[in-house]
Amino acid sequence: MTDKRNDSKSNKQLVTRLIPLLAFLIVSAFLYIGLFRDATVLESTFIGRPVPEFALNDLVNPELSHDKSVLTGKPMLLNVWATWCPTCYSEHKFLNELAADGVYIVGMNYKDEREKALVWLDKLDNPYKISLYDPDGMLGLDLGVYGAPETFFIDSQGVIQYKHVGDINPRNWNDELQAIYQQLK
Amino acid sequence: MKRLLILIGLLFSFSAAAVIEVYSFESEEQEALFRTLTTELRCPKCQNNNLADSNASIAQDMRKKTYQMIENGKSEQQIVDYWIDRFGNFVLYKPPVTIATSVLWLGPGLFVIVGITIIVRNSRRKGQRQDDQSEETLSAAEQDRLANILKDSEK
Repeated sequence: MTDKRNDSKSNKQLVTRLIPLLAFLIVSAFLYIGLFRDATVLESTFIGRPVPEFALNDLVNPELSHDKSVLTGKPMLLNVWATWCPTCYSEHKFLNELAADGVYIVGMNYKDEREKALVWLDKLDNPYKISLYDPDGMLGLDLGVYGAPETFFIDSQGVIQYKHVGDINPRNWNDELQAIYQQLK
Repeated sequence: MKRLLILIGLLFSFSAAAVIEVYSFESEEQEALFRTLTTELRCPKCQNNNLADSNASIAQDMRKKTYQMIENGKSEQQIVDYWIDRFGNFVLYKPPVTIATSVLWLGPGLFVIVGITIIVRNSRRKGQRQDDQSEETLSAAEQDRLANILKDSEK
C-alpha cells in the first residue's frame, strides 16, 4: 500500500523534474528553426490579391501609358529591378534565358533614371515584354516592394499568386519557382 | 583672446545630421501624429530601424506617403492599416495579439505564475516534511525511550 503510494509519488516527481528539460527542448527547436530562416524576407500580404490600380509610363516609350490591364490576360512574372541594384545585374542573364524559353516577363524599373535603365537594357539585352517606369516608387509602395529585385507571379486573372524576394537563379528556379510558374492559370 | 573665444565656441558646436527631410504641417496635432507614426512604424528594409531613424530609400518613400496621408486628413488607424496592408504586421513595433504572437504577450506572465506556483508548492512541501518529522519524534515508543533516558540521567 505505502509502496504503491511512494511509486506514484516518485513518478510525479520525475515528471515535474522533466518539465524544464521539455521546455528547453521546445525553445531549442524554435531557435534551431530560426537559424535557417531568412529574416530579410517578410511575409507577403499580397498573395491571392489582385494587382493594384496604377498608371505608369512605358520605360522605352515615355509617350505610352500603362495600367493594370497589362498585368492580366496570361500567367506572367513581374520583375522589379533597378540599375543601382547589384543583385538585379546578376539576375539579368538568367531572366534573358527565361524569356528565350517563353516565360512572359513584365519589367518594372523601380526608382531609377530612365537613361541609365535604357543603357542597361541595351547592353544586357531586354527580357521584358513590357517595361514599366516607376521613378518615384509609388507602384512599388502599393505592391509592398521593399527592395530589388523582387518578382511577382501573376495569374491570367491578374491575381498575385506568389512573390519572390531576391534574385531568380537556375537553382531556385528549378527547385521551386518553375513549379509555381507552371501552376499559374 | 580671439582664439580662446573660438575654442569656447567650438565647445558648443553641435552637428545636425539627424534631419533628413523637412516637412511642414498645418497643425501641431498633425506634426505629433507624424512623429508618433514614424517612430512606431518599422522600416521593412532595415529591420531594426524605425521610419524616423532610417535613411533607406523605402523609409524615405514611406515617410513621404505617411506625410501625404496625414495632409489628406487620414486618421492614425487608417494610416497604420494602410501600411499593414502592404508590409504585414512586421511594420509595427508593437505586434497585435494573434495566435502567432500570443507567446510574446502571454509568455512573461505565464512564466511568473508558473514560477510562483513552484515556489509556493515547494515551501509547503518542506513545511509538511518538518511537521511529519516532529510527529515522528512524538511517537509513543520514542516517548517511552525518551522518558527512560531522562530517568537514567537523573539517577
